[in-house]
Amino acid sequence: MTNEVNTEQAELLRRKKSKDEMKKQLISFGMMIVFTLISFGLVAVGTIERMYILPILFVMAIVQAGFQFYYFMHLKDRDHEMPATFIYGGVWAGFLTLAGLMVISWW
Amino acid sequence: MSHDHSNLFPETLPAEPEKATLEGKNKFFGLWFFLGGETVLFASLFGTYLALKNSTAGGPASDELFGLGLVFLMTMLLLTSSLTSVYAMYHMRNGDFKKMYLWLAITGLLGIGFLACEIYEFAHYITDYGFTFRSSAFGSAFYALVGFHGGHVLFGICWLLSLLIRNAKRGLNLYNAPKFNTFSLYWHFIDVVWVFIFTVVYLMGKVG
Repeated sequence: MTNEVNTEQAELLRRKKSKDEMKKQLISFGMMIVFTLISFGLVAVGTIERMYILPILFVMAIVQAGFQFYYFMHLKDRDHEMPATFIYGGVWAGFLTLAGLMVISWW
Repeated sequence: MSHDHSNLFPETLPAEPEKATLEGKNKFFGLWFFLGGETVLFASLFGTYLALKNSTAGGPASDELFGLGLVFLMTMLLLTSSLTSVYAMYHMRNGDFKKMYLWLAITGLLGIGFLACEIYEFAHYITDYGFTFRSSAFGSAFYALVGFHGGHVLFGICWLLSLLIRNAKRGLNLYNAPKFNTFSLYWHFIDVVWVFIFTVVYLMGKVG
């Protein structure tokens, strides 16, 4: 009997947690929409100089990717050390690839 | 050899049905490992594009070609489909098969909408500008990068359709929960790649 009550409470707690998580994900989605609007808006208006707008756009993309990875794909949750290692390993190798291709075409 | 599969169909699903079995855990780690490799693959395509984007061979340059309206629509479609697959996984963890199924179907429709826009976009470049894969180094790099992403979207839609058709009458259990979860992770990753494509290719291309 008490066991049943306990599992019921655990289920309620799990559902509440799940709901809170969903709320965070909705906020992340809202933020991503805002960042996308800002990016497109900046380019559409076209008043900012090229030298400044490129890094701004790039940072916005990184932030959006962060929202996707950490909130939508749960990289922030526990037991995600291995996935983080895989992805950051990929990002590191990808960075070297990009750097290599940029350098050979610039000089 | 006979296996006892009854443990895959418990009456009530555990809190994280997608990682409750060894198979589920393996699929989860396997997909993340695959995504690490995909990151390098797309990085090399981005690197190629950045290195060749000014080699237009007298053809149209990126700021003449691209229109922001269509790209914005495509971005909204894919970003929303990322949210709908989050909803699907939310309902999966609550053990609600019907709602998960519905949200996955919406995800698929949004993906098809994205793909339709991309096909229209490519057709527009080819017929109105004569801008093809063979036009210039810029053309090759552009179609290779954006087309490869579109190919990933197409693959994702086929993957989702086969999941939806094969599991239509099965309900949710520990056997298919990991399958839906791996698809969802893949789909988010496709959206991450698109974020960099619309930033690096279209927006930065428009700036010049």
